[in-house]
Amino acid sequence: MTAATLLDDARRFDLDRLLDAPETRIVVCCGSGGVGKTTTAAAFALRAAERGRDVVVLTIDPARRLAQALGLTELDNTPRKVDGIDRSGGGRLHAMMLDMKRTFDEIVLEHADPERAGQILANPFYQSLSASFAGTQEYMAMEKLGQLRAQADWDLIVVDTPPSRSALDFLDAPDRLGSFLDGRLIKILSAPAKMGGMGAFKLITGGFGLVTGALNKILGSNLLGEVQSFVAALDTMFGGFRERAERTYQLLQTEGTAFVVVAAPEPDALREASYFTERLATDRMPLAGLVLNRVHVPLADITGERALAAAEQLTNGKAKRSTRKVTGAAESAHSPVVPAVAAGAQSDESQARELAAALLRLHAERVALARREGRLSGRFLANHPGIPVLELPAQAEDIHDLEGLRTIIEQSL
Amino acid sequence: MTNADRTRTRSDWSAVRLHVVTGKGGTGKTTVAGALALALAAGGARHGERRVLLVEVEGRQGVAQLFDTPPAPYEERRVAVTPDGGEVWALAIDAEQALLEYLDMFYKLGPAARALRRFGAIDFATTVAPGIRDVLLTGKTCEAVRRRAAPDAGRGADHDRVFHYDAVVMDAPPTGRITRFLAVNSEVSGLARVGPIRNQADAVMRVLTSAQTAVHFVTLLEEMPVQETLDSIAELRDAGLPAGGVIVNQARPVVLPEDRLKKAAEPGGLDLAELADGLRPVGLADPDVVAALAQLGSEHARRVLLESGQRDLLAESGAPMYELPQLADGIDRVGLDTLAAELRRQGAA
Repeated sequence: MTAATLLDDARRFDLDRLLDAPETRIVVCCGSGGVGKTTTAAAFALRAAERGRDVVVLTIDPARRLAQALGLTELDNTPRKVDGIDRSGGGRLHAMMLDMKRTFDEIVLEHADPERAGQILANPFYQSLSASFAGTQEYMAMEKLGQLRAQADWDLIVVDTPPSRSALDFLDAPDRLGSFLDGRLIKILSAPAKMGGMGAFKLITGGFGLVTGALNKILGSNLLGEVQSFVAALDTMFGGFRERAERTYQLLQTEGTAFVVVAAPEPDALREASYFTERLATDRMPLAGLVLNRVHVPLADITGERALAAAEQLTNGKAKRSTRKVTGAAESAHSPVVPAVAAGAQSDESQARELAAALLRLHAERVALARREGRLSGRFLANHPGIPVLELPAQAEDIHDLEGLRTIIEQSL
Repeated sequence: MTNADRTRTRSDWSAVRLHVVTGKGGTGKTTVAGALALALAAGGARHGERRVLLVEVEGRQGVAQLFDTPPAPYEERRVAVTPDGGEVWALAIDAEQALLEYLDMFYKLGPAARALRRFGAIDFATTVAPGIRDVLLTGKTCEAVRRRAAPDAGRGADHDRVFHYDAVVMDAPPTGRITRFLAVNSEVSGLARVGPIRNQADAVMRVLTSAQTAVHFVTLLEEMPVQETLDSIAELRDAGLPAGGVIVNQARPVVLPEDRLKKAAEPGGLDLAELADGLRPVGLADPDVVAALAQLGSEHARRVLLESGQRDLLAESGAPMYELPQLADGIDRVGLDTLAAELRRQGAA
């Protein structure tokens, strides 16, 4: 009995239908950090490719061995063909790892003449922004997605999202970066540079003087200057970041994009999944389903209580051998207090009992864990009726090859 | 030596007053930080003798959720009391508030502060120079570490108290960002070369690089978090920052004896007939049950071997290691107390 059978069929997430549909062009895997988004994205992409689609998977930060299995030995920002997939369905699989700095550089190089691009790339503020602005990674993931889509070399793009604590960061990033670069303060700061001098400052009220004064004290005047020249260069280059950010965002609202929320059956991950689900609904973005990753499923059909009682019984049987406690005639009749001679035979039997007891306890633990997970995911499902669910069972070992990726999907069906 | 000292000498970190707790996302960093705070608060001889501050810096109100208290404003609040009278206080540090606090302290800004806000300048400043945000967050934390006890606190327990807090625990950013976050000195080097931010950064670095600070890593015994932990420990040491202990979270109990484990990990390595014999006395020798338990046993064995490999890798870092069990019932206050007791037993607090 798997926990999945508790879900009625209407709630089962029909993964193959989603992946097979030619209308599905983009699948975005979202979720909070540490829930297995990368693995899920890779497994979905592989599945789709082996079912005949021409797929590219954009991963953000895969485990080293998984990256190797996908042929991603270097971070070069270009899709690489993945070998070792079953191509009988006519599909292909490419994989790439996002290099956010490089993606940012590419945008600059693409839109500016070489001289100006050189200036921007050398600007210290640009360097710090492209490497460490909270949200750059998310924004660049979207940017790369837009590029892959425009290239039209693939008929399905599967996207992994950056490992932020909140799944919402991915959706918020373009707006944050856009509104920052296009914000009021940036506009005012860039004005003097555009007008070729400090003249514009005269037009601005005393309040602003206070602000720049304070900022200069905090940041140092050189940084503010760098920001100004960076923004001015960028602005003439391609008419505002916000517009670009909005375009990328709209791509996510188009038909053919499907979101998949990945969560582990843990309170924090499910809470994030819940926020994210609500957000998608607000922004009219299509949610294909919830992936519950690392679900523990009891393998034997025995209740935890029964398993524990049986384990107890088996261990106590052994305990009596040590003559430690003899509480009644019935028990002592059982109790084989045998010295050296029969020790061999005895220990075989007691070892078998020990093994059985240990595994029964392990089973009871698994049942308790499954029950807790079931309670947590049950609460999520009750709060979000109508969202289909796919449960991926917890694996004994980390997944680091194509076979492992195949197996998790097969086990879930 | 006072009673309090005697009950606490077993800690591996008795000289440490600032415990920075980091870890990869999903490893239970906030939970472990909370448990560590409880562990550090325990063990005083009198009520209120041990006082620990738990700070969070990512604006997620994770601590409030952990202790099941309402979201905290920017102020220090008591969130838990240990049975022996220790206290855990919590503070969610907000970079904007902290910046205004500093500006006010150094510049007496008044109306300018309002203007800064109105123009979005604070958001701007912390955005164009992420280092500033980090200095503010670590700065506020270090202020709490150094804060002296009020000379006349009006409490018996405070007579011989030097510092307001006996220890400060920081629920810090994840491993991927921790070195950058803590190495505020290099972060602000491109910014103000003089002035309050610079001084602040220098003061922070004095605390962070001293023997009173330790950066602990929370990890699971899985490939990625372990790799990140090792990378991060190396980075931290290169930056001259003090790597503390490694806390393995959600460690699974090993139920099979060692000689059996290796065999059980191999396909078909568990003897089904033997298992059936063992299950017969309790009437569970049904072939399906035997097969299912054997599979469970083999999964367990593979997992345990994998975990022990990861544990060996961690041990190579030379950092002291602690292990916390996976709690089947999840994390509530009882669970936190269990973890705290475990941390104390192992000498982590």
